[in-house]
Amino acid sequence: MKRRTLMAAATVLPFAQARAAEKTKIVWWHAMTAALGEQVNRIADEFNKSQDAIEIQAVFKGGYADTMNAAIAAFRAGQAPHLVQVFEVGTGTMINAPGKVVKQVWELSKETGVVLEPKNYIGAVRGYYSLPDGRMASMPFNSSTAVMWYSKDAFKKAGLDPEKAPTTWQEVVKAAQAIKAKDAAEIPMTSSWVSWIQMEQYGALHNLPFATKENGFAGLDAELSFNSKAHVKHIDRLLAMAKDGTFKYSGRDNAPDQLLVSGKAGIHFNSSGMRGDMVKSAKFEWGEALLPFDPEVAKAPLNSIIGGASLWTMTAPGRTPAEYKAVAQFLQFIGKAENDAYWHQHTGYVPVTLGGFELSQKQGFYEKNVGADLPVRQLSRGTVTPSSKGLRLGRLVEIRNIVYEELEKAFQGGQTGQQALDTAVARGNKVLREFQKSIKA
Amino acid sequence: MDRRTTFDGWLLPVLLVLPQLLLTGFFFYWPAGEAVWSSLTTQDAFGTGVVFVGLDNFSDLFGDPLYRQSALLTVGFCLAVAGLAMGLALALAVFADREIRGKGTYRTLLIWPYAIAPAMSAVLFLFILDPRVGLLGRWLNRHGVDWDYHLNGWQALTMVVLASAWKQVSYNFIFFLAGLQSIPRAVTEAARMDGAKGWHRFRTMTFPLLAPTTFFLLVVNVVYAAFDTFGTINALTHGGPGKDTETLVLKVFRDGVVNQDIGSSSAQSVILMLGVIAITAVQFRFMGKKVTE
Repeated sequence: MKRRTLMAAATVLPFAQARAAEKTKIVWWHAMTAALGEQVNRIADEFNKSQDAIEIQAVFKGGYADTMNAAIAAFRAGQAPHLVQVFEVGTGTMINAPGKVVKQVWELSKETGVVLEPKNYIGAVRGYYSLPDGRMASMPFNSSTAVMWYSKDAFKKAGLDPEKAPTTWQEVVKAAQAIKAKDAAEIPMTSSWVSWIQMEQYGALHNLPFATKENGFAGLDAELSFNSKAHVKHIDRLLAMAKDGTFKYSGRDNAPDQLLVSGKAGIHFNSSGMRGDMVKSAKFEWGEALLPFDPEVAKAPLNSIIGGASLWTMTAPGRTPAEYKAVAQFLQFIGKAENDAYWHQHTGYVPVTLGGFELSQKQGFYEKNVGADLPVRQLSRGTVTPSSKGLRLGRLVEIRNIVYEELEKAFQGGQTGQQALDTAVARGNKVLREFQKSIKA
Repeated sequence: MDRRTTFDGWLLPVLLVLPQLLLTGFFFYWPAGEAVWSSLTTQDAFGTGVVFVGLDNFSDLFGDPLYRQSALLTVGFCLAVAGLAMGLALALAVFADREIRGKGTYRTLLIWPYAIAPAMSAVLFLFILDPRVGLLGRWLNRHGVDWDYHLNGWQALTMVVLASAWKQVSYNFIFFLAGLQSIPRAVTEAARMDGAKGWHRFRTMTFPLLAPTTFFLLVVNVVYAAFDTFGTINALTHGGPGKDTETLVLKVFRDGVVNQDIGSSSAQSVILMLGVIAITAVQFRFMGKKVTE
């Protein structure tokens, strides 16, 4: 019996292999770990099952920076993957990639005839990954934005209304003072991703340019401009709060995350992508609210900007039109409303297509998960301006590092807010000029 | 004693050293050569446009006060780590080099930290020292000590020095212990009979006799502090606050890997490479002398 099965397998196998060989194989490098990684594999499986001409293989390549570096190294060796997931701060490097390194979405669509319609995607998401004239450069994939998380327990203890989150910075300051006065939380207020949330997002909300040339979208010769009076006002506010103990700076990037889930902070600015962790692990009553704004700087807040990553099509010697067509078909597949909605509902990222958002509404997802549509609403409010559509700067990771360094010196008391931002702008401009030089090379 | 083998012809000797030469060439000279070449260029991340710029990258570096500051910090950091790691190891070795109960267990336990990966040891230190979640960090803050290495440069530096030195103590301990055990008993006994007391005996006799070990360890520790501490520092502070813990090797990583500034990063690597070559040359000279004496 066993032997017969084996023999049968032996005769069937070569055919199966021959069939598989006819399939167009495409490779997709990504940076999604744990549960997110499983969702990525699920998408690849679903796509492979949905048709039998193409086989996509999803390969985990480490963190965002590792994945991007691996793709760059692979390109240099002529072995670039067909698709790579690149974080939003790498967009400047990828979009300025010289010659034929990448195939931008519009180019891919034109060459292969597979329709990838920009209008299907949510404006604030699409804008970040598009050329100034609206053509899409990379395919939006996993996007989040920043929100304000707060502990309802701490609010109650401080005598604040837990169902009414502060909406302006003036109210936030008062709330933090109340929390401190009543000792309602170990840390009245803190923030993850300080550069992204307190500088970039703050600028977008208040229509303040982070850099000239439409935040870099209109040219490589952009100069940083985040040392304006309005920017300094906000940093001075944080410095004053740090001084009286209502704001605690708790490290760079996601280092303060642990303070959010453990409920040590009364108010915590962080990515909307933390929702999954909060639902699963937070053992206190929490709320999710829109980012506050300062009515003395802007009458009403604009849209916030995104974080996360997009998919880039890369080239390699000897790659065939059939392979590019397969890539385009896959990109079309993930942009379908049902696939986008599934991804959004199972990961905590926002839907990137209007269809995905509408479908989620129709399916009653937001009634069952109150507040889960808050990031989308924040992203799509108002009209996108040149200062609120995101940043297009080379070496943005380094610029964020510089912002961290100078702010840290200010929080230590070594310099004023104005000095910190002036120095950061001067140092950042040097980085931008270096980048410009390397692109022109 | 002079052992020398003479070959007829050159084919056999060349064949014999060829594997070694190939390995060295492939794994050292080739990449090092690439680094030197890249350090003289400016290029985009994808390497499609490479322009020769001569020594521009180097002059940019030396003209940058932040780079000089980082170099100075690295020197101080290396000396602090080497001093602390060696001092502690020497003290421990001196205490272990006698007849005590459970000597084997004690020694084995001391060697353990060496087996821990740098990033893991950094995580351990975070659990202890983080001002908000660490055991000791929270205790300090509750007792009126304003401990916050996220914002206090000196505290951050102290912490990375401690974490880096801690990992190296084991290694040094093994060498010091071996060094101590190779000191002939007769010499110690003679000194004892001449009336040399503990500290005096250690200072005038044991320590000088340990000099070759100490010197070897100094070189190894400085190189360790300059290069292998990357994982620890990166996981603990990312080089912050400000630039207060950004050593040269951290800057190479940041400019090359995060920033994709291949030219400048290569130039920094070349400078570090020259540093190591210099240290090693000094070591060879010094050690060579010792052997022939």
